[in-house]
Amino acid sequence: MSQENILKVENLVMHFGGIKALNDVTFDIKRGSVSALIGPNGAGKTTVFNCLTGFYKATGGNIMLSANGKETSVIKVLGEPFMMTDFISPVAFIQRLKYKMFGGSHLVNRAGLSRTFQNIRLFKEMSVVENLLVAQHMRVNRNLMGGILNTKAYQLAEEEALERAFYWLGVVDLVDFANRLAGELSYGQQRRLEIARAMCTNPEIVCLDEPAAGLNPSETEALTKMIRVLRDEHKTTVLLIEHDMGMVMDISDYIVVLDHGEVIADGGPDDIKSNPKVIAAYLGAEEGEEVTL
Amino acid sequence: MSQTAGMNYKQCFTDAVVAALMALVVFGPIMGVVLDGYKFDIDFQRVAVIVALVFVGRLIMSYYFQTEKGKAMIFKYASNHDGVTVNPPHFKSKMIWVIPLVMIIGFLIPFVASKYILTVLILGLIYVLLGLGLNIVVGLAGLLDLGFVGFYAIGAYALALGYENLGLGFWSMLPIAAIAAAFAGAILGFPVLRMHGDYLAIVTLGFGEIIRLVLTNWVSLTHGPNGISAPLPTFFGLEFKRRSASGETFHEFFNLPYDSGYKYMFVYLVLFIVVWAVLFIKHRLVKMPIGRAWEALREDEIACRSLGLNHVLVKLSAFMLGASTAGLAGVFFATYQGFVSPSSFTFFESALILAIVVLGGMGSTLGVVIAAFCLTVLPEMLREVAEFRVLIFGILMVVMMIWKPRGLVRVTRNGFAAREGAVK
Repeated sequence: MSQENILKVENLVMHFGGIKALNDVTFDIKRGSVSALIGPNGAGKTTVFNCLTGFYKATGGNIMLSANGKETSVIKVLGEPFMMTDFISPVAFIQRLKYKMFGGSHLVNRAGLSRTFQNIRLFKEMSVVENLLVAQHMRVNRNLMGGILNTKAYQLAEEEALERAFYWLGVVDLVDFANRLAGELSYGQQRRLEIARAMCTNPEIVCLDEPAAGLNPSETEALTKMIRVLRDEHKTTVLLIEHDMGMVMDISDYIVVLDHGEVIADGGPDDIKSNPKVIAAYLGAEEGEEVTL
Repeated sequence: MSQTAGMNYKQCFTDAVVAALMALVVFGPIMGVVLDGYKFDIDFQRVAVIVALVFVGRLIMSYYFQTEKGKAMIFKYASNHDGVTVNPPHFKSKMIWVIPLVMIIGFLIPFVASKYILTVLILGLIYVLLGLGLNIVVGLAGLLDLGFVGFYAIGAYALALGYENLGLGFWSMLPIAAIAAAFAGAILGFPVLRMHGDYLAIVTLGFGEIIRLVLTNWVSLTHGPNGISAPLPTFFGLEFKRRSASGETFHEFFNLPYDSGYKYMFVYLVLFIVVWAVLFIKHRLVKMPIGRAWEALREDEIACRSLGLNHVLVKLSAFMLGASTAGLAGVFFATYQGFVSPSSFTFFESALILAIVVLGGMGSTLGVVIAAFCLTVLPEMLREVAEFRVLIFGILMVVMMIWKPRGLVRVTRNGFAAREGAVK
């Protein structure tokens, strides 16, 4: 796979029982871009997100994540069912067993993809700083003895984690609230904290699920700026789901439009604006009717 | 508003009458009917006293809550549900001097206290250990474990069986029992930790019962319900018996007259040190990444996974550390009793340990220590009024849950001083 694309989704299929949530979704996300996934309600946007981040196990298709200098198959790390060939090759068998026992969505995050949630999921009874420290769990000194004896190496690692936490608090403008409980913050602040928390895991691509939902226009403006900072200063690829078309058209380099579990259009904001299929999906159109704009 | 103008005496009176009637219903059969052989006597006087007490008490309470002071008090308690607070950075509790004081008093107690007080205190400390262990599992990681007594039993039986079959004494079995209990925790944990909430509670409940039933029925190994004797600790190889088959005993070596109290003194002191060590480790753990991960898992498991935390391993570590603490407690229980039998490890014990954690305040170390002593020492102190002690115990629990639903001690979190941010 080329280094140009950080995420490659091929023929993604997701069925819930008889309901076909996703039919053959294919798109690529370019490294360092801000991309948006849009579509009417029930189009399957969040389902795509949950498949990408490993919260759903896709029924079929392939998702390749090319981050942290290696290629990761999101489907594989979740633990696939055993195949006949596994019983012949012990290496493949052991690997499959490993992912079945210890695999899961946390491996997707470790591979360099982090996410936020549509309905905010913060650790509400922990302080704001602690929320960010938990996110750095994989990077701090987790040695039990070191922590209990409070060694130099442990203190250094903790201090570094705190500095990183305060850096991100600065980016999302929450330094003054560092020692408040996360659950006490206002809605907009909680949304920003969740983005900071996702960024603390040091991802190469961050998936934001409706980051502007429930924000007022000035907060949305601030969010747009923040997303640009993520892309320009931290070389992070951003993939977002959003209903605020003004923001999406303003910020995105690339847009994928979903409807009824299928990609109906993709391209730059200008192409999407004038695409008749997109307009039909959003405004509704009779069978066979030509929609023009 | 003047104080008397808003006073509703009718309300006071109705409240008191209703309370008195309820007292009559509750205490009438309990206290009014006294068995005497095959007959029974009816004792009106005792019931009348109790009902009168309740009536007057409720009248005064009703009156008090209508005064300004009472209203302020109700308001204070009604708005006190937010539990967790964050301390300012560099916060040092003013009560920090209590710790060395308790340490010194604790060390001096065995030299002055009677044997009976010492045994009660040992029991209290054992429950402190159990409470601390369960506090990791329930309070921090949020995994409701109703079979915690299983690990306690494993610790106790490990000492007894290790002594009988392998000839290992107290000191070698102390770490081995902790490891064995942790191992049992892992075996239980791995398959069941993918479930949470009520399902996990039921599975752990079953696990606790399985352990007890195995201990009861595997007669060839555990001697079943007859129990099995456990060894006493030794002081650098010196035994605390009246006379020893092998080598010298403690009192012979120090030229002291024999006293069975020495062994309790020694068990108490060792246990005291172990409890402080566990307290210290627990205190460090909550500040460490693993402690934060536990609490994060309690708050939101899905968010944890999205941040790269392996939820199964985080839960497993909580389970194993909690279980190993219970294993330690089990060893001390066995050595202090000198005998273990399956009847010591019933579901009631699990419920009691859970009550300690809930009463103390989920996740609060100090609360657990206080609650453990309350729930073990209090019933002993109430032996004077033996007939009513379970009743008083129950009333205390109900009152606690009304006034302090989130436990005795409020959970506080550490604040962090703001600093220059940097990414490396």
